[in-house]
Amino acid sequence: MRCDVVVVGAGPGGSMAAKTAAEKGLRVVLLEKRQEIGDPVRCAEGVSKARLSSMIKPDPKWIAAEVKGARLYAPDGSSIVMSEDKSGDEVGYVLERKIFDRALAMDAARAGAKVMVKTRALDLIRANGSVKGVRAMRYGEIIDIEADVVVGADGVESKVGRWAGIDTSLKPGDIEVCAQFLLYDKSIDDEYCEFFLGNELAPGGYVWSFPKGEKLANVGLGVIGSRSEPGAPVRLLRRFVERRMPEARIVEMVVGGVPVSGPIERTVADGVLLVGDAARQSDPITGGGILNAMEAGIMAGEVVADAVSSGDTGVEGLMAYEKRWRESIGKQIARHLDLKEFFIRLSDEDLNNLMHSIQSEDVSKMDLRGMLRVLIRLNPKMLWELRHLVM
Amino acid sequence: MITVNRYVCGYCGACVGVCPVCALELVETWIEVSDGCIECGRCVKLCPTGALSLEEAQG
Repeated sequence: MRCDVVVVGAGPGGSMAAKTAAEKGLRVVLLEKRQEIGDPVRCAEGVSKARLSSMIKPDPKWIAAEVKGARLYAPDGSSIVMSEDKSGDEVGYVLERKIFDRALAMDAARAGAKVMVKTRALDLIRANGSVKGVRAMRYGEIIDIEADVVVGADGVESKVGRWAGIDTSLKPGDIEVCAQFLLYDKSIDDEYCEFFLGNELAPGGYVWSFPKGEKLANVGLGVIGSRSEPGAPVRLLRRFVERRMPEARIVEMVVGGVPVSGPIERTVADGVLLVGDAARQSDPITGGGILNAMEAGIMAGEVVADAVSSGDTGVEGLMAYEKRWRESIGKQIARHLDLKEFFIRLSDEDLNNLMHSIQSEDVSKMDLRGMLRVLIRLNPKMLWELRHLVM
Repeated sequence: MITVNRYVCGYCGACVGVCPVCALELVETWIEVSDGCIECGRCVKLCPTGALSLEEAQG
């Protein structure tokens, strides 16, 4: 089989890359190793309305709920409320990823991409030292898919980058290990996303509750890998739910790893580029990855189209992608890496003190950066090393 | 050697992402461990469900 570009992984990043490249007239193959796109989910499913709407028309079919904002709790229970439009990139819609991911893959298919499910990439094909496509297993048979460019959108467990010589392996401090229940409980706030901080609850991470309508919610937590131990996320989540909502009805369980390494050294190699979690483009402080992956996917599709039409699909031809994502989404990812490295070191007492300091301020109309600016003004000694982030 | 308890595993692929030598693979609903495994134990520590363990080779 022969095409211009083969995209490995039909998550939001891969599907946007495939759709964009197909719209530009390229012959595109989109591989998904699972037999069902979008399932099992490994995500809390929250996204900002504005950023999502700038890329795709919101469809009620894949929106589980809309929220008014976010409530953030310190370890001692004190809290603040932030409005939806200022709460960052994870608050606004709570998606139904099983439907959303399939809709994005369908958009790619309608644009002309050939979607192949139950097809797992095994290795890159090389000819004269250059990447020339992907070897894959499809329905148990090995097939070669020849292409000028391979887009690795293969998620946290990405192999494409490694095959191309980019070490994407995550060290324990570079990953949040997570567990989540979809549950029904009377105590669920249907209108707000909730975030609970605390080293007892989720060491180096946080607990979240993202409502999905009618007292249903994704309740989950992430633990920084360097402070985790075997099975800790599931154990801590069960404890949280048993203590806070003992009557909860759990109807689904999800586990996963979220890259929080921040920008990796490079995301482009000869004939290869990486998108989304595979490129470690998830947000180091929130763990959100959907929107960054989609934006990177669009940039990848555009750059690949240019590279194929100009005939330069080597590192030089693809470098525009690296440049573009670092100058856009990359800036916030880098800033949030600094924030994460600072915040995972804070004690519960530090977190409580920060929360108390800001409770008397009106933060409801502030975004994260504005709030950080106020926090630094109120706690100059403690937050001195973060001041470069708000300049 | 690394063993995977398939009754506990949530096939999320976190172990694959942290393996420093690319010795693990997530295939649909199970984890495969290749001969390249150096038994560093990173995947064991980071597994969200506690499905992985590092055991002494027999014999």
